[in-house]
Amino acid sequence: MVFFRLKRTIKLGVKSLWMHRLRSTLTALGIIFGVSSVIAMLAIGEGASRDAQEKIAQLGSKNIIIKTAEPPEDQSSVGQQQTLREYGLTYADAERFQNGIPDVQVIVPNRRISQQASYRNHRVAIEVIGTVPWYPEISSTRLKFGRFLSSTDMHYKQGVCVVDERVVKELFVFDDPLGQDVKIGADYYRVVGVAAETSQTKGGDDLETKDGTGAKKAGGANVGGIYVPLTTVKERFGEMSLQITAGSGGTLERVELQEIIVQVRDINMVMGTRRSLETLLCRFHKKNDYEITVPLELMRQAKDFQRIFTIVLGSIAAISLLVGGIGIMNIMMATVSERTREIGIRRALGAKKRDIVFQFLSETLLLTLSGGLLGILLGSAVPFLVTHFGQMRTVITPTSLVLAFGISAAVGITFGLYPAYRAANMDPIESLRHE
Amino acid sequence: MISGTAITEIGGAFDFDEDGPILAMEALCKNYQLGSHQLRVLREIDLTIHSGEYVAIMGPSGSGKSTLLNMIGCLDRPSSGDYRLGGQSVADLDDDELSMIRGARIGFIFQSFNLIAQLNVVENIEIPMYYQGFSERESDERARELATMVGLGDRLEHRPSELSGGQQQRVAIARALGNDPLIILADEPTGNLDSQSGSDILTILDRLHAEGKTLIVVTHDEHIATCAERVIRLFDGRIDKEEFNKKR
Repeated sequence: MVFFRLKRTIKLGVKSLWMHRLRSTLTALGIIFGVSSVIAMLAIGEGASRDAQEKIAQLGSKNIIIKTAEPPEDQSSVGQQQTLREYGLTYADAERFQNGIPDVQVIVPNRRISQQASYRNHRVAIEVIGTVPWYPEISSTRLKFGRFLSSTDMHYKQGVCVVDERVVKELFVFDDPLGQDVKIGADYYRVVGVAAETSQTKGGDDLETKDGTGAKKAGGANVGGIYVPLTTVKERFGEMSLQITAGSGGTLERVELQEIIVQVRDINMVMGTRRSLETLLCRFHKKNDYEITVPLELMRQAKDFQRIFTIVLGSIAAISLLVGGIGIMNIMMATVSERTREIGIRRALGAKKRDIVFQFLSETLLLTLSGGLLGILLGSAVPFLVTHFGQMRTVITPTSLVLAFGISAAVGITFGLYPAYRAANMDPIESLRHE
Repeated sequence: MISGTAITEIGGAFDFDEDGPILAMEALCKNYQLGSHQLRVLREIDLTIHSGEYVAIMGPSGSGKSTLLNMIGCLDRPSSGDYRLGGQSVADLDDDELSMIRGARIGFIFQSFNLIAQLNVVENIEIPMYYQGFSERESDERARELATMVGLGDRLEHRPSELSGGQQQRVAIARALGNDPLIILADEPTGNLDSQSGSDILTILDRLHAEGKTLIVVTHDEHIATCAERVIRLFDGRIDKEEFNKKR
């Protein structure tokens, strides 16, 4: 019986709304836009946050990254035609970290140089990453084929390399890269492995401007990274680089290491170790020639940012839904007074107050829920368009859909109750007399 | 069988005394407070109506006709005195119980038909049955039957706006019969109709009376009064005169 009543009430509601199609549509628009903005905003926010989190997670949550930074120009070098500038992280720093900081588990010193690589008649700009055999331990880089650099390679300063997938795509169009010799700078290196693409090597782009000579001349950003034993890089490329600056000629720079990545044993030790590292570096570096990046910290900042973002978007959406809800209440009040006589007739024919409440409330709910459904459709289309045209990642979570639908139901009940209550409490005699 | 359903819906609250009068009013008064002044609309009404009677209530404007009609129809509660409908005292029922008793025991026919514009003929007739909890199939079947009975078998899906006044009033009569009420209460049923349609409606009312229904018609049309067996004339809130017409 309850089901029958519900079915009849819905049928009646649809009829009444259908009688005033334009009015119903305009009223529902408030909810449609409110709900779709909730969904679209949440999808864009979620996409941005996931993007950031993934990038940060690739840096490693237990890692602390110390990078060489060009120190501010000191007085002595100004005006001189050619000087030797010495700055940045050193092998001694890495050693001090190893011996002086207790919770450090892995230390990876890296040398990064922009270079040209060629194979047969293909040439590409790449980044040489001089690193150690345990580099994969602290990185999200995964080997696809072959092997990574070994301690033997290190010890004998072998001319071997592991190439990035992107480099493979550019250089070895049809050939199997394993066992081939690639020319980097002036020497040949034998490919022993292929690493999967990561965003960390992409992040190397910004280093290019600092020690980039060859690649800059070739024009364009490098396409990928080639891993070479650190000892080999030190021997073959040295530590000098010529920095050409417009007008004043060139500056010779000497940088031992571009970065040192430190991994601690436990995620709780990250912040403590960061402080110890800073103290230690401070003591040995007079110039401010390094910067410390903590992915974990970035992750937290990203989460904080995401929370603020969600609150702001949520408030905007809430306001638009509130406005939509008030619009609905307004229309329902008008509907109730327009249908005073109908209410009187129904009351005379045996409708209880709650029957009237039920009738008008379900009409409001019908309006808001259909508005909510249309809003969900529209709101799901918007992120799709944003992704397609705006090249932005968007993620529609099922939670946001449920939330949006729940909100439209809540709006319907909240703003439908008062008009329905007003309708039910009309005096049947008065309403029957109403013209 | 249908009244059985209706009674079950109401529950055991209303026990109907088969032998007693259908309607009994004792010293019924209705006062309205207008500022400091008290308006006494009905004064000490004593009225008893038995099953199967055809009663006309007449009187000039302001005599308390409408208020008495609202009282009989359980739309309003008396200020003092007792009103028993089918043996059930109405004076101290709450709003929900009044709704239930209206839905189960009274069939209303209004001067201005009072059909719901967005519903068709069958759906309009179904309204009282819907609130009495009839099943969809049952109420649909019965609504069609009743519509056919009042001669609208070929207009079942029409909207009120597509019907003439006489046809609309016939729909209203069918609607009043849906829940098999104790009393059919008509308020100026021919007031908005031309004479031909009006006499058609009176013929239907006569037929209902012949079938044993209890009819109470409020009117100031003497012609209707002659159709009734018993005419109650109100004046100034009191029963002024009671006349019995000969059985035709």
